[in-house]
Amino acid sequence: MAGHPRPATPTASSAEEAHRGAFSSRRVFILAAIGSAAGLGNIWRFPYVAYENGGGAFVIPYLVALLSAGIPFLLFDYAIGHRYRGSAPLSFRRMGRAGEVLGWWQVGICAVIAVYYAVIIAWAARYALFSFGQTWGDDPNEFLFVDFLQVAEPGLGLEFVPGVLVPLALVWLTILVIMLLGVQRGIGAASVVFIPLMVLAFLALVVRSLFLPGAAAGLDALFTPDWSALADTGVWAAAFGQVFFSLSVGFGIMITYASYVGRRTDMTGSGLVVGFSNSGFELLAGIGVFAALGFMAQASGLRIDEVATDGLGLAFVAFPAIISEAPAGQLIGVLFFGCLVLAGLTSLISVIEVVISGVRDKLDLGRLGATLLVGVPTATVSVLLFATTTGVPILDTADYFINQFGIVLVAGVSVLVVTWVYRDLPDLRAHMNATASLRLGRWWMLLIGVITPAVLGYVLVQELRNALEAPYGDYPAWFVNTMGWGVAIGVVVVAVVISLLPWSSRTSLDTPLPLADATRPVRKGARQ
Amino acid sequence: MSGAAIVMMLVAMLVIWGGLALAVLNLLRYHGEEPGEVRRDL
Repeated sequence: MAGHPRPATPTASSAEEAHRGAFSSRRVFILAAIGSAAGLGNIWRFPYVAYENGGGAFVIPYLVALLSAGIPFLLFDYAIGHRYRGSAPLSFRRMGRAGEVLGWWQVGICAVIAVYYAVIIAWAARYALFSFGQTWGDDPNEFLFVDFLQVAEPGLGLEFVPGVLVPLALVWLTILVIMLLGVQRGIGAASVVFIPLMVLAFLALVVRSLFLPGAAAGLDALFTPDWSALADTGVWAAAFGQVFFSLSVGFGIMITYASYVGRRTDMTGSGLVVGFSNSGFELLAGIGVFAALGFMAQASGLRIDEVATDGLGLAFVAFPAIISEAPAGQLIGVLFFGCLVLAGLTSLISVIEVVISGVRDKLDLGRLGATLLVGVPTATVSVLLFATTTGVPILDTADYFINQFGIVLVAGVSVLVVTWVYRDLPDLRAHMNATASLRLGRWWMLLIGVITPAVLGYVLVQELRNALEAPYGDYPAWFVNTMGWGVAIGVVVVAVVISLLPWSSRTSLDTPLPLADATRPVRKGARQ
Repeated sequence: MSGAAIVMMLVAMLVIWGGLALAVLNLLRYHGEEPGEVRRDL
């Protein structure tokens, strides 16, 4: 690898790992990675994407996307974090001087996501409580936007909504406590508790939904194949987009988590478990959600396509209606919104850890200092922007732009730079294969270096065309330019500025020794 | 449910959950070195 800095000694590397923190075992790492991947999108996005894009036939493009892009990209992120033993900025910096910008770009995207993601968890927590009294009444849509969120016109305001402010503050308090406890005692312990709890709760929800009248009609709508959809490139793009967003790849999370894993851990086997667990949870969510929607359609005398929806509409409008109509609806409400809270918390933890980890490495701060330096401003901005009556349009716009023109773009640029500028894929592959239960062949490099950027480029161009044809969400142009394009571009500018700042002299920018060399006894006189 | 929907549901379950089961089995059978109880957190 031409241009790489001098390798560090194994001793220096071990001391650095002791300073940064680590997961205590492979099991904890896998649970944390599943917690990051299995988020809100698994529950409220996948079912509708599958339904809209061929139903049962969607299984085919979905599996192709999972095996040809999703899991290979997951392993690509693992390889970077595990090989270079650092946060996203430090890992890319160790790869090459200019690479650091990519790392801070990913950190910036995570900071933006963290700011708005927390408020959705706060809404879900409130709705779990609302389920007991079915507070939304006969019109969940009006209750959500008028009574609960008190949504105002797009803009910036400081009119707080107490019903959102209090749970949002509690979400941030919870997150800060978990992050302060550190990698193992905070992130690891939370994952070990939250993930099994979430899976059990969702299983209970699925079982309850399957016994509702009309459930079979819902499943029929979800799984009836429309084979003509396979000829539609949009369906294939939707499958790749779903797998890509769902796995939390390409924006620093998996790099950060992989850097906390022991050097001799089998990463390919772990990656397969994480990838299939994420898809398994999505499938479970699809069954549970469409069984419930089938009941709703039957109860209201509507067709499935008239009740099927995704995102906020599914979670905070359709499900409250289902809860109001269904026998033991309160149980469904607590399980569904409880799962949203748990899925959201474990994902938010991973997102904010990317930022904390980057700041820790850059400034060589302790866990306490870095958590407070990152967590307090992030929580403050989150509360100021999203506990107000103007929060929803900002969330909607920022979420769309940071996903489509942030994550997709940085992921595509990262694979291109690592593959074609630093030409690092052979080294990363060798690193993974040194401890792999399933070895990566040359096919992996082909998928990462050629197929993945091509698919990401296609998705990006399609979305760019849509965004330029009509203003997003019928919002005013100034609003979209500020909260959409402004945020997506601003993150890149900030990343460039931070990458120009010096690193702490105590942070080693040397590349860790390759695994085979690091495990070999160091002889006297060997290169130090 | 129609026959085609049942078949596709079973295929999805078999491939995805079956894939998960195989991935877990592979992990359990592989005796690579575990990091063990590292406990290096601060």
